[in-house]
Amino acid sequence: MSPKGVPEAVIAAVSADEHPIAPFLRMDRMPHIWCSTCGIGTTVKALASAFEKVGTDLDKVAIVSGIGCTGRVAGYVKLDSFHSTHGRSVPFATGLKLANPELDVICFSGDGDLVAIGGNHFIHAARRNMDLKIICVNNFIYGMTGGQVAPTTPLTALTSTTPYGNAEPPFNLCHLAAACGANYVARWTALHVRRLTKTFAEMLVKPGFCFVEIITPCSTLYARKNRLGTGLDVMKYYHDNTVIEHGADPATTDIVFGGPIICGKFVERDRPTWLDYQDHYLGEKLGEKYQRGRMLQEACER
Amino acid sequence: MRFWRTPLDADKMKIPRGELHIIVERCKGCEFCVEYCPRDVLEMSEEFNSKGYHPPKVVQPENCVNCDLCEMICPEFAIYCLTVEEESAVAEGGNNS
Repeated sequence: MSPKGVPEAVIAAVSADEHPIAPFLRMDRMPHIWCSTCGIGTTVKALASAFEKVGTDLDKVAIVSGIGCTGRVAGYVKLDSFHSTHGRSVPFATGLKLANPELDVICFSGDGDLVAIGGNHFIHAARRNMDLKIICVNNFIYGMTGGQVAPTTPLTALTSTTPYGNAEPPFNLCHLAAACGANYVARWTALHVRRLTKTFAEMLVKPGFCFVEIITPCSTLYARKNRLGTGLDVMKYYHDNTVIEHGADPATTDIVFGGPIICGKFVERDRPTWLDYQDHYLGEKLGEKYQRGRMLQEACER
Repeated sequence: MRFWRTPLDADKMKIPRGELHIIVERCKGCEFCVEYCPRDVLEMSEEFNSKGYHPPKVVQPENCVNCDLCEMICPEFAIYCLTVEEESAVAEGGNNS
């Protein structure tokens, strides 16, 4: 993993301080671009710990990101990864999964990418129960472009495009994913690192469409515009205002500005995945003619 | 460690010891590790790193029990904890809260 033009000796000297996350990250790209107190780094660390816990073969993992602050994750991990276009991480991941069903495909992206511009891809992948793991880092705002209102911004919250407060009701992402048919839906904040790691570990072994939403502080834009203090103050807010309610009805987990945040594992069920359906119905219909991936194989041979 | 009631297996149990490593130049001074350390091992230092942030410093290294919370919560991957292999009985400690 040596970047071009940098002699090996220099890299060895820099990485002398071996952080346990080093096998998972491209340490030569550190420090990352995320602001101080941003929760994305914590989420990445939780995912790395979950890989370690489950004992995943890292050669069989692919991480797909879209555009935005969280989209940078794909560039920082030392795994097969792809930084796709805005909102298209889910369709790209779908193609990846179908071309090589052995891969664990993880979409690591932000709320603006996954459910704003990529909203339709998201709901259809959930409907088909495509075998993808979706990690959505939700900071309630479009961070990278300057703090514009996002579909997850709570009512009355201030952003740079809603100077008098947001007047649109936001999406409740967990409810959306659950209603569309996701197999696994959970929500945590960046403070709940241990529970988040456990959830990631469960998600990695769960087949079907899994969705984990992580509420993270955006101290530079969301907290500053809404006068919520520093990132540490936001973490303290999470500490005082999160309610852990496993198995709660996702419809009741709306996030209200200044209100409690309901966290926990909301849905865990075993709907058949898209590939299961294909194998079952087409296999029944076509009999011996059906072979998974045959069309793709033929196309590759041509 | 002080107990309100000495556990029955106190003589058999060992408190793990950890050794903290702080990558000062990578720190962005968010204070999460200082705030959330359950054993108050860390404190913000007065010094600056080259980016102008105050990194944490270890003030009570003997209190660290290798719980890894600072390592988990650090968004910058700038602190980590390694296990110290040594004999330390529970009953001894006692000099901290």
